[in-house]
Amino acid sequence: MEKKSLKGWLYLLPAILFLGFFMVYPLIDVFVYSFEENYNFASQTYSGMGSYNYSYVLRDPYFLQAVRNTFLLVVITVPLSTGLALLISVALSSIRPLKQLFQTVFFLPYVTNTLAVGLVFMILFKRTAYTDGFVNLLLSWFGAGPVDFIDGPYAAKLFVLCLYTIWVVMPFKILILTSALASVNQTYYNAARIDGTSRTRIFFRITLPMISPTLVYLIITGFIGAFKAYSDAVALFGTNLNAAGMNTIVGYVYDMLYGSSGGYPSYASAAAILLFAIVLTITCINLLVSRKHVHYFS
Amino acid sequence: MKVTLQNLTKKFPGRGRKSREEVIAVNDFNLEIPDGKLIGLLGPSGCGKSTALNLLCGLLKPTNGRIFFGDDDVTDLEPEKREVGMVFQNYALYPHLTVMQNILFPLQNLKGADRLSKEEMQKRAFDVARLVQIDGLMDRRPGELSGGQQQRVAIARALVKMPRILLMDEPLSNLDARLRLQTREEIRRIQKETKITTVFVTHDQEEAMSISDEIVVMKDGVIQQAGKPQEVYDDPKNLFVARFLGNPPINLFQGTVKSGRLYLADAPVLDTSGIPDQEVTVGIRPEGFSLSKDGHFVCGLDRVEVMGRDVSVIFRHSASREPAARAIISAESQTDLTSSEVRFDLKPGKVFLFHNETEERIG
Repeated sequence: MEKKSLKGWLYLLPAILFLGFFMVYPLIDVFVYSFEENYNFASQTYSGMGSYNYSYVLRDPYFLQAVRNTFLLVVITVPLSTGLALLISVALSSIRPLKQLFQTVFFLPYVTNTLAVGLVFMILFKRTAYTDGFVNLLLSWFGAGPVDFIDGPYAAKLFVLCLYTIWVVMPFKILILTSALASVNQTYYNAARIDGTSRTRIFFRITLPMISPTLVYLIITGFIGAFKAYSDAVALFGTNLNAAGMNTIVGYVYDMLYGSSGGYPSYASAAAILLFAIVLTITCINLLVSRKHVHYFS
Repeated sequence: MKVTLQNLTKKFPGRGRKSREEVIAVNDFNLEIPDGKLIGLLGPSGCGKSTALNLLCGLLKPTNGRIFFGDDDVTDLEPEKREVGMVFQNYALYPHLTVMQNILFPLQNLKGADRLSKEEMQKRAFDVARLVQIDGLMDRRPGELSGGQQQRVAIARALVKMPRILLMDEPLSNLDARLRLQTREEIRRIQKETKITTVFVTHDQEEAMSISDEIVVMKDGVIQQAGKPQEVYDDPKNLFVARFLGNPPINLFQGTVKSGRLYLADAPVLDTSGIPDQEVTVGIRPEGFSLSKDGHFVCGLDRVEVMGRDVSVIFRHSASREPAARAIISAESQTDLTSSEVRFDLKPGKVFLFHNETEERIG
């Protein structure tokens, strides 16, 4: 018995070492950093422990802007992308001809290079010396004036960011939801049909409860993923997100470490811990709410 | 509600890699199901009995033929308009709803003039729950019920909207042996009380024989024989029906009819007047043997199995199709079974002759 468990630990050792060095230790370190005041990166010294880093970050207008952007992004994209994905999945599972083709089409964004996607969005929205962008071209046909989506008003920029995010996260959700829909036992639908159940009632009383665990999984991971948004904003607005007013919390952390205002690991740590606290709270709320509405079946 | 099937045929397109030949699951069914009876559709798996059931409830549309409920032609009617109740093999109870909600589900679908008030719905649900004796479990979820209880809930859900006919797909196959006996009596009782025309599908001949008013024996999509269980058992139309019904199964021998007598391995065993001389397949029910000191049917004794009420005599006979055959005799006659040779008289009503090629019954 003793020998066996020793062997087990031995097998686990590489993973434990790796995770310990690169995940657990940094996590603890971030927590410690966030309380070390006046930490100097070069001399590795600090003046004392306290909550000054937090109060600085919480008063930094760039951080508040980033929090606002992130929250708006989360609140807009998570429900929209999940809802749209559900709609598309239901449509996909109720058609027969060309189903495979459509499934492939909807999944393509998932396997497409981010840079290529960014480029496409650039063509759609970016104003250059030669063109106002494809979307503006469309708008002009309807008599609407050109809008600068990349460097223009806040609402326009937020719109593009949300659209981009939704477009990027939907394929995965569609994939998961179509397989969840396919795994619902067909006899439930047969039974419902024989009992004369309307399509809406079938959807809300049978389909939705049956796939509710998958939906909750998608919503929770969707929230977490949206709170961690950063690369999408960079792809659209470039690296100087503070100047564009489109920074996210993760972007703020990154800027505090390496950006033009960089070199402040303590502030970055404090911001990261704050993000962690936010995500943890939201996830707990999600789980509490879902407990009432989700049905798990053996 | 009387149900009539006319030339009912269902073909499926072939999906095989080698042959694209279409599969005929139900082939030219003609059947009349009398009102208020319990009918067992019986056959080996793949014989098309579930397809027949799905045609009845409307989940499948027939390739040919018509279905009548009473005088109504329901062939082109969608399942929801046919007013049938269906109990699925896996019960198909909605796992996230309570027993009560499951039973109410079909009622809540009703619209317009058929819509009941909340109180009426509750009353109907409780009435039917009481009928199947699950009224104490109304707040449970299906996952918290035993297989037998789930079965009852499924029956209650099928009955609550007072369907014109009740259909059951392998209603007992998911239950253990003891529960199966109990539940089949229960199905019989519920059917008797509601007097609703009921069709159920099974591959278990004992199950079908024991509770059905009529059985319909199927093979490869074709009705082999329909009738009262005892009549079909006593008077099988062909070899398939004779072999499919009866447990222990019928014993088969190779025999010859020569000038009005049946010979098994050159020994005359039975008078068979009126049958032309030919080689025949002989089926003898296990209960068709009676011990007799000067019987014509002579065989080698293999072993004796004492069952209490009666005795199984396992014997060898050179004309037998199987290595050993089985006779069931009453326990009192056991004393004679000491020698290695046994002699039987055959009961004429338990001996069936079948044509060697067509396997049709000839005597």
